[in-house]
Amino acid sequence: MKYWMPFEWIAAIRFLREGRMQSLLIIVGVGVGVAVIVFMSALLSGLQANLVKRTLSSQAHIVLLPPEEIARPQSPPAGIALRLQKQAQRLRSIDQWQQIQARLEGLPEIAAISPIAAGPAFVVRGDANKAITLLGIDPVRYSGVIALPERMVAGQLRIGAGEAVIGIELAKDLGADIGDKIRITTAGDATETFTVTGLFDLGNKGVNGRNVYVSLRSAQSLLDLVGGVSSIDISLHDIDEAERLASKIAAETGLTADSWIKTNAQFVTALTSQRVSSNVIRFFIGLSVAFGIASVLVVSVIQRAREIGILRAMGASQGQMLRIFLLQGGIVGFFGSLLGSGLAWLFLMLWRLMARNPDGTPMFIIGVDPWLVAIAAGGASLVGILSALLPARRAARLDPVVAIRG
Amino acid sequence: MADLVTNPVLQLTGIRKSYGSGETESEILHGIDLRLERGEFSALIGPSGSGKSTLLNLIGLLDRPSGGQLFIDGQETGQLDDTGLTRLRGQRIGFVFQHHHLIPAFTALENVAMPLLVARGRPDADMFAQAGTLLDQVGLAERKQNLANQLSGGQQQRVAIARALAMSPSLVLADEPTGNLDTHSADDVFALLREVNTRLNTTFLIVTHDRRLAARCDRIIEMVDGDIVADTRHQAATN
Repeated sequence: MKYWMPFEWIAAIRFLREGRMQSLLIIVGVGVGVAVIVFMSALLSGLQANLVKRTLSSQAHIVLLPPEEIARPQSPPAGIALRLQKQAQRLRSIDQWQQIQARLEGLPEIAAISPIAAGPAFVVRGDANKAITLLGIDPVRYSGVIALPERMVAGQLRIGAGEAVIGIELAKDLGADIGDKIRITTAGDATETFTVTGLFDLGNKGVNGRNVYVSLRSAQSLLDLVGGVSSIDISLHDIDEAERLASKIAAETGLTADSWIKTNAQFVTALTSQRVSSNVIRFFIGLSVAFGIASVLVVSVIQRAREIGILRAMGASQGQMLRIFLLQGGIVGFFGSLLGSGLAWLFLMLWRLMARNPDGTPMFIIGVDPWLVAIAAGGASLVGILSALLPARRAARLDPVVAIRG
Repeated sequence: MADLVTNPVLQLTGIRKSYGSGETESEILHGIDLRLERGEFSALIGPSGSGKSTLLNLIGLLDRPSGGQLFIDGQETGQLDDTGLTRLRGQRIGFVFQHHHLIPAFTALENVAMPLLVARGRPDADMFAQAGTLLDQVGLAERKQNLANQLSGGQQQRVAIARALAMSPSLVLADEPTGNLDTHSADDVFALLREVNTRLNTTFLIVTHDRRLAARCDRIIEMVDGDIVADTRHQAATN
């Protein structure tokens, strides 16, 4: 008997050890429940992180655009009905974008800022003729928003004067390769010839077939935006902050700020409902674990009625009896969660071995977050104590006279 | 400690106990008056259903009377709540039951130390030393580390007696302490109770069916139908 251990702990542990089979079965039961919860949580967060990462590989977290142009009518003469035609939105620069950029750089939430001059254009090579989005970027800044250097599959991200980087899909359509010349024409009939210096694959067929990156200066002159930029791309440290920050920036600058959450509303809703449904499943697994613990302890209280009576006759208080059984619930929950975390880790290892991409790399990386294990252990112990509440009260209120005679 | 000297160990005045209510109410004890002096070694006898066990449960503070007053060492118990009764019971009263009632998850030594552990909340060397001495005294020095169910019936009852003495109680209540034992073990256990009584001056109240054993007590209290019908003191011609 350990001298530092309080009486209630000693009794709880001895009772659990004595009912070895019962204790083992319920700990395994709790373990399986915890394992499913931990495994599912890890799988889901891995899957979602992976999906979000893929979605954001070709998108900025926040895009700043010039405010929409609105036609402002003069006050109409009395008696004449006014019919207002919506104004067509022309490509124009963000007013004083340098100052805005400087201000944004002061915000700690922002990881990178990249001003972009982008607009529609045509690319021509031989007989091929394709509509594209021409993007003038500062490669260093842009790489902070979209990991373009990592996505280069041929050549390099080099866009000096007369140089362009195109997607693999466009390269295929044009039959162009590194070193080939392409001619880009804009709606304003400005034309310039570029040498292809690199091919990228951003994992999105549309983007790979449409985006053409050139230097900021070339795009500005082609799009008639000399000195201006049409948008500012922003990446954040915490992508979940995008919506909040977008509203803040919009309010401060008067620009239109679109967060990825708004741009991908359906996708985000899908993620959210996935999370909700997994929470529901987790809740019910937790509930059935709790009922399992409670039912084993109810039986144990009945089996130990005589011992409870004896302890009460010896001067054990109702509180002491209550705590003995609450502790049993807590201990079962705790050890069950340790077992469950171990099982979950095993499942995840198996998953890593089995779920692979065609090229043999793991489908997506998931790991057991130590925090998740700690939360599972704490949560399961708590669930154990809560589910022991009913049986423990029963033990505490047992009439010693009846218990001893029984 | 003045009250321990001047007051009787147990005093009952007009103790009633009834179960149920209204039409179905039935009174088991009809106003019991009883006084046990310090060091008395008494037998409580009577046919089944005479109210012996009910009376014993009331005296042991395991149950509450429906009427009357009950004093332990001069302390009135009617006003105590469950916690108070539990504490008083733990400190002043030891129990020996017919079916030993050891806790099988613990060793003999731990069972004897259990009342001390319950009272102190944490184990310490002193309580095991005390428990060891008690086990020596009941002749189980060799069995201290045995689990309760590895002992014979007589041995278990000796452990139970050692346990009842752990808190140095004023009063030990024994409910058919030898009822489950063969004649030889029964005599041994009875002799042990008597020896403790002589050595420590502990008061004993022993419920028994066995008139042979009752005759070896100092005082015989006889109950019939919820009343004490005879109360005879004599110098036991035993041992």
